Amino acid sequence: MKNRAAVVIIGGGINGVSIAYNLAKAGVKDVIVLEKKFLAYGATGRCGAGVRQQWGTKQNCILSRESVKIFENIKDELKVDIDIEFKQKGYLLLAFTEKEWNQFHKNVQLQNSLGINSKLLSPQEAKEIVPFLNTEKLLGAAYYEKDGHANPFLTTLAYAKAAEKLGVKIYKGVEVFDIHVKEGKIKGVYTNHGYIATEKIVNAAGGWSQEIGKMVGVDLPVYSERHEILATEPVNEILGPMVMSFSYNIYCQQTPHGSFVMGYGPKETSKSMRSTWQFLETMAKKVTYLLPPTKNLRVVRQWAGYYNISPDRQPIVSSCNEVEGFYMAIGFSGHGFMLAPAVGVIMKDIILGNKLTWDVVLDIGRFERNEIIKEPSVV
Amino acid sequence: MDDEKIIVCRCEDITLKEIRDLIKEGFTTVEEIKRVSRAGMGPCQGKTCGPIIAREISRITGKPIEEVYKPHNRPPFGGIFFKEIVGETDEK
Repeated sequence: MKNRAAVVIIGGGINGVSIAYNLAKAGVKDVIVLEKKFLAYGATGRCGAGVRQQWGTKQNCILSRESVKIFENIKDELKVDIDIEFKQKGYLLLAFTEKEWNQFHKNVQLQNSLGINSKLLSPQEAKEIVPFLNTEKLLGAAYYEKDGHANPFLTTLAYAKAAEKLGVKIYKGVEVFDIHVKEGKIKGVYTNHGYIATEKIVNAAGGWSQEIGKMVGVDLPVYSERHEILATEPVNEILGPMVMSFSYNIYCQQTPHGSFVMGYGPKETSKSMRSTWQFLETMAKKVTYLLPPTKNLRVVRQWAGYYNISPDRQPIVSSCNEVEGFYMAIGFSGHGFMLAPAVGVIMKDIILGNKLTWDVVLDIGRFERNEIIKEPSVV
Repeated sequence: MDDEKIIVCRCEDITLKEIRDLIKEGFTTVEEIKRVSRAGMGPCQGKTCGPIIAREISRITGKPIEEVYKPHNRPPFGGIFFKEIVGETDEK
């Protein structure tokens, strides 16, 4: 392992490798990624990997819109021959309450103003997109056909390979124990494989990012929440879009491979990453009610992972006032996968001191400035 | 026998050659091979292919099999219909 680096990125999830790739592409030499287990071990490899642009805040809309442009042309961008299984057949968001339906009207207006051509649908129109959808009590839906989902392992692998081709070193099985700070400046990291001297560290540790913050003496305003998810056996394609409801609390998709993947947030701050039978039972009731043909699917696997939640449910992509050389891409609040292509670009801008590529406010100072506009649309 | 013709993962049709190539590429745990190839994600959940993949990793990397094969299967143990979970029986 190298013992010196220009930038050390902690976390081999999708955001860690996207940041590494973008730094290397911009010409930064000696970038290292440290991953305590293996690539996509944490939230990236456990998530639903949805990619949606139908958000309720400007930041999330811009980041997801720009990320989709990159997902659409990922092979040209990364120049590696890996199919990330990007299925672009839309997101169908369901409104069951008046409050939700009003919010959808506002969201669609905002999205349209930012070039995201989402639209509102009647229950009947929603049924044309998903014919077996149970529309009982459904007030309406929001839909954008350019949303979708991808394979999170292969997307991470594609970014990792592209980064490695540009000289990035990715070390698996290397855990950071402590961070060396002297006079308010980053000096290096202590790992189970020795010390690495560096002046710049990026905290991209997802569910463990709070712990990394503590190593430099900073209390980061994020916490980790356990969410659960399951997968079924593969069947022929019957479902085009990701179907999602905030009030009914569910998302459900069918991957190009044929398996259904679905989850909801039990919203527990448990430190366990085990799945529960309670989730399986509740999910079975939810999904067979909303999408009745799913009752004939066999569940083959269930698991859990962390959402790293920020106060406004938008990522914190930022430098740190207290510690020079400490950067963070944290608090993705359940949508880190879909934003990663754009986040890598923004973090590269921050580290290099460039003007941000897009007009977004993601710095940690926003919480002190009371500029919080909370994302209203999260499962 | 030709390792291109030996199916290791019967759920996802993955050959011994594909597994060996992945190990040589640096995926030296059963967990990583599952994630990049889907070997072990099918209905059997790796109960068939898991030990075979572990043996190949052990042979190629020289690590002892006890170090390589640590199955911690995710539930449920076998495939189960949603309709069985919600207690619905087939209408006849």
